[in-house]
Amino acid sequence: MTALDLGSVQQDRSRAVQPSCACTHCGLSVPSGLIDAARSEQFCCHGCETAYEVIHRCGLDRYYAMLESAREHAPRVRETSRSYAEYDDAAFRSLHVRGAGSSVCSTEFFLSGVHCSACVWLVEKIPKLVPGVIEVRLDLARAIVRVVWQDDRVALSKIASVLATLGYPPHPARDARTRNLRTQEDRAQLTRLAVAGACAGNVMLLALAMYAGLLDEIQGPYEPFFRWASMVITLISLCWPGQVFFRSAYGALWGRTLNLDVPISLALVAGGLWSTIATIRGTGEVYFDTVSVLIFALLVGRLIQSRQQRWAADSVELLFSLTPTSARRVERDEYGTERIVEIAAESLEVGQIVEVRAGDSIPADGVVVQGASQIDQSLLTGESRPLAVAVGASLSAGTVNVASTVRLRVVATGEGTRVARLMSLVSEASRRRAPIVRLADRASSWFLGGMIVLSLVTFVAWRFIDPSAALEYAIAVLVVTCPCALGLATPLAMSVGLGRAARMGLLVKGGDAVQRLAARGGIIFLDKTGTITFGQMRVVRWAGDESVRPLVAAIERDSSHPIARGILESLGESELVASEVSQTTGGGIEGLVAGRRVVVGSPSYVRERCRLRDQSGRVDHALLEGWEREAADGGLTPVAIAVDGVMVAMAGLGDELRPDAAAAIARIKALGWRVGMLSGDHEDVVAGVAAAAGIDAELTFGGLSPEAKVAKVREHGALGPVLMVGDGVNDAAALAAASVGVAMHGGAEASLAAADVYVSRPDLVALVELIEGSRRTMRVVKRGLATSTTYNVVAGCLAVMGLITPIGAAILMPISSLTVLMLSFRSRSFGSRSPRRVANQVVAS
Amino acid sequence: MIVIFLVLPLAFLVAGAAVVAFAMAAKRGQFDDLDTPPMRALHDDE
Repeated sequence: MTALDLGSVQQDRSRAVQPSCACTHCGLSVPSGLIDAARSEQFCCHGCETAYEVIHRCGLDRYYAMLESAREHAPRVRETSRSYAEYDDAAFRSLHVRGAGSSVCSTEFFLSGVHCSACVWLVEKIPKLVPGVIEVRLDLARAIVRVVWQDDRVALSKIASVLATLGYPPHPARDARTRNLRTQEDRAQLTRLAVAGACAGNVMLLALAMYAGLLDEIQGPYEPFFRWASMVITLISLCWPGQVFFRSAYGALWGRTLNLDVPISLALVAGGLWSTIATIRGTGEVYFDTVSVLIFALLVGRLIQSRQQRWAADSVELLFSLTPTSARRVERDEYGTERIVEIAAESLEVGQIVEVRAGDSIPADGVVVQGASQIDQSLLTGESRPLAVAVGASLSAGTVNVASTVRLRVVATGEGTRVARLMSLVSEASRRRAPIVRLADRASSWFLGGMIVLSLVTFVAWRFIDPSAALEYAIAVLVVTCPCALGLATPLAMSVGLGRAARMGLLVKGGDAVQRLAARGGIIFLDKTGTITFGQMRVVRWAGDESVRPLVAAIERDSSHPIARGILESLGESELVASEVSQTTGGGIEGLVAGRRVVVGSPSYVRERCRLRDQSGRVDHALLEGWEREAADGGLTPVAIAVDGVMVAMAGLGDELRPDAAAAIARIKALGWRVGMLSGDHEDVVAGVAAAAGIDAELTFGGLSPEAKVAKVREHGALGPVLMVGDGVNDAAALAAASVGVAMHGGAEASLAAADVYVSRPDLVALVELIEGSRRTMRVVKRGLATSTTYNVVAGCLAVMGLITPIGAAILMPISSLTVLMLSFRSRSFGSRSPRRVANQVVAS
Repeated sequence: MIVIFLVLPLAFLVAGAAVVAFAMAAKRGQFDDLDTPPMRALHDDE
């Protein structure tokens, strides 16, 4: 089966019309001879039946549910009209293509829509589909694909359009240089960890032999030899991986502050120096094992931490795939003849004229100079109804032209566009969080300063009591109070919790988000479109004659208008064929279906063309208004339908509520949070949805621009924690401004980047789990902190009194760390209760 | 037990070789992407 065949099979499966005839296991249609009417499961072959039996017997039926949801979200193979000609543009190539000019080139793309093993397989089959492509490698976690091709055999635009045809539209990956640097840093970090680990392991082996030797009173030439060997290895560990701490500590001292690395460096230097002197002199204790294990353990903690931060940074890069990469520039030569050239969006300049066809995104901010159309601004405003625009209207980059071709004069490009400014608002809002982090840093630097002072005091005091033991006790204080358990266990408890959350489909970007989610209560602002509702127009109500539905479906078939698509989705396909169809922008559509004249559109549009008459031919205004009121109730958009000049029905289109919304909201309220709603949609629509979902009316705000959403979040954020839940780019800035931003499944990638939490399941119950899980995780963290603080205080006191030798401290330290680690691993955090039980509780409450 | 003077440096050499091998693998990008290669192994080559 070739890759393209596979795509079309997937498409066929998702279109399976009669589920009763689809194979329970594989989803292909069952040959009529094999259908067994007596059974609920049907199979297309014995292989599938056996496979199903095995899966069923093992109790793994969930597989089919997962398969079903995977199919729903599977990328559909689609034809693309984009030529990606701008990828062959010299400006683009100099920016993104490595080795341009030579015969073998390479570049990297972000691919949207890759998420599983099959995607990897399909994408990496491109060298077989396109001659001239040498290699395609996909990094699934980062959705970055690396393409190597022969420039003289195939154009990059061709490769890009094949990728798009397969359902993975490519976006040029920007700032390749920073990413390269980061890869280098990643590799260096890993190497340091390996060296530190090897050193620690070997020194531990030697130390074990020495402890055993001490117990057995075996002396002789072996002990000095072992000491010298440990010294060499520890010095390697100190000078290579240990450098990280010294550099960071030096940097902190240079800036006249303290960080965690200062006491760590001090302990490492003191321990290393002391042991080296003891080795050279041949008497005294050595702590090489402590020093090298300390370096290794701390580096492991660092790695965990930086990986998490990296993940967040990676998703921010996805932001840049928002605005289109190409533009169709209108040029005039000296004779005045027009020419349309497809160019890279980067080379657009202010004042130039671009043409935007229906279905394309607007490449830059501009003013319409020719044509009229409808613009889907949901990206910016969240408004699900498209906006009619005419000559003179300003358009924002990134919004979608849905109706007809327009030309616009460019006003702002790149960084100057509204969407780019919104993005800078996002990064500004992310920076605003820093004060909290700084406060935590300052608190811990006090603790660290205290530790250093304490060990100095110990040293000075013992100089008077017992000069020979002074340094030993001071080091014991430094080692025993080293916040290892504290520094390692807290991030570990967090990452265990985050890992469990991720398995439940809740991707939390950092421990700070968990901490804020664990707050006793606050306000949760939900976005309407896509969060509480499905984000798609559907026929919710129908007043009047039901029998005309097929006529409506037939006439709307070829319209790309969102309302038309909503009608079509709800009514299904019709066999009837429409002719003489004409569409009026901002009004409606009319045409002939099965010999009858059908008019569908806004009530005023239809009223202009037709009359509402009863059987006797009289116009009944009361009935018409009744229908309109019924169809528009609860903020729905009314659509009138007339057949043969008579208005026969009225449909109410709206965005349907998610089935679990009301129950989940009730449960969130039970947890002590107040629930509100921020939406860009019309206030009537918003109020209707809020009432249905059980959201407080005084916390429900409609008609908000993205900037106004940020203002609302800030305003309430001053009073207490604010959780913002949304999915659109229009929410991105508000998500970043909130104490915790939660991006919902299926949302725009920008909101994913701005949010602290990404919920990969399309249900609001996930929010309940998120809050409960965060509270439990915080309890685990606090317990860990309490344990290690108690340990530090008790052991610190003992060490100051000289009751603990450095060796005792070195043994106590890992024991305390282990206790705290066990505590964080074994405790309940996320997902200790099965999602089904949570769901049942929601239903019960 | 005198053999320890020979065996210990040998053991360090082996450990050192392992570290060098790891460092080289890391430098060549073997650990850059840990998620995709396991999936790639399952794909049939026709």
